[in-house]
Amino acid sequence: MSSETISSADYIKHHLTNWTYGQFPDGHWGFAHTGEEAAAMGFNAIHVDTMFWSLSLGFLFIWLFRKAAKTATTGVPGGLQNFVEWIVEFIDTSVRGSFTAKNNLVAPMALTIFVWIFLMNFMDLIPVDVLPRLAAEIGAAVFGADPHHVYFKVVPSTDPNATFGMAIGVYLVVLFYSIKIKGVGGFTAELTMQPFQSKNTAVQLIFIPINFLLEFVSLIAKPISLALRLFGNMYAGEMIFILIAIMFNAGLVMGIFGGFLQLGWAIFHILIITLQAFIFMTLTIVYMEMAHHDH
Amino acid sequence: MNINLTLIGQMITFAFFVWFCLKFVWPPIMNALEERKATIADGLAAAEKGQHEEELAKNRAIEILKEAKDKAQEIISQADKRASEIIEESKDTARVEAERIMTAANAEIEQEANRAREALRGQVVSLAVQGASKVLKKEIDAKANEDLLNDLVAQL
Repeated sequence: MSSETISSADYIKHHLTNWTYGQFPDGHWGFAHTGEEAAAMGFNAIHVDTMFWSLSLGFLFIWLFRKAAKTATTGVPGGLQNFVEWIVEFIDTSVRGSFTAKNNLVAPMALTIFVWIFLMNFMDLIPVDVLPRLAAEIGAAVFGADPHHVYFKVVPSTDPNATFGMAIGVYLVVLFYSIKIKGVGGFTAELTMQPFQSKNTAVQLIFIPINFLLEFVSLIAKPISLALRLFGNMYAGEMIFILIAIMFNAGLVMGIFGGFLQLGWAIFHILIITLQAFIFMTLTIVYMEMAHHDH
Repeated sequence: MNINLTLIGQMITFAFFVWFCLKFVWPPIMNALEERKATIADGLAAAEKGQHEEELAKNRAIEILKEAKDKAQEIISQADKRASEIIEESKDTARVEAERIMTAANAEIEQEANRAREALRGQVVSLAVQGASKVLKKEIDAKANEDLLNDLVAQL
């Protein structure tokens, strides 16, 4: 996009709008042409770009790891196997470090979360205009769409749907194991019988709603913080890339300065994308550990 | 930024990837890792055992060598002893033989001397008798003086 055709505000807005397929208020289904149209669709809409990239990257992950798993030998490992084993061992060490109970689901889930989130975050390092521009060109040439109305958000983890989808998925598993291990009674007791306790039954009855209020907030806070932390970090990072990209239209000097800024931010971002993937994974393991033990 | 069906889609996608990873990715890789760990541990143990055995063999070789040396020493000293014994024995034998030869020689010499003496004595007797018979010719009868002559012979 160039500043000759659209303003900076439109440029940013364009970059932050998903390619949406959904039900228009009048009832028919189709692609939204503007952000307003997409917002008007409400819940009955789907972000095609988020789904496309998260699925593609997820399949890349399972294809790569399945390939390594199928040819996994006990002998001298090859390059791919070495790489995969390195990641698997890293995850395994993390899981063994903070998860003490026995549950075969935790480690594969942690591996999926780490690699998938990393790959989705990694899309952030591709210069912000490359893939949207490509999509706009293809959209205009092949489907005859107005290139200004082709939206293509390439980083799935900047879409709260993706991060909340994962966080809620993790949280359902955590709740399932909480109830399975502790029983309905134990789980309820955990929500109502602490942190305030009393031997006196009457006092305890007063404490129950207070306890429940406190524990419920912390219960709800887990998936929300999990999802928002990843979303916030990636959204902010993406936003800075977009702002830097605007500088490229502000003359040669600003453009060169912007180039250095982009390079610096991208290098710093390598740390952030890995760190966020790692944090999401570690918190998942910790929540699973809490689900398996009374605290 | 809108929350919509994508949320459900992402949850399903996430569940699918986790399930796939749980079924088809994690177990084979972990198995391979565990098996390799076991193989390496076995290899290390075997190497250690081999080293230990080598040391034992070395020690045994040294022991055998020492034993052999000791035995050789013993054999040599025995042979030395036997050799000196043989020398002593042969010296003794030689001495005895020499004595025996000397004794025999002495005896023969004495015998020869006695025989010569007897012969001489006979000759002297016959000479004396011849001389006496020549001197006394007539009066002296050989028979009458036989005792006297025998006495004479015995004194010689």
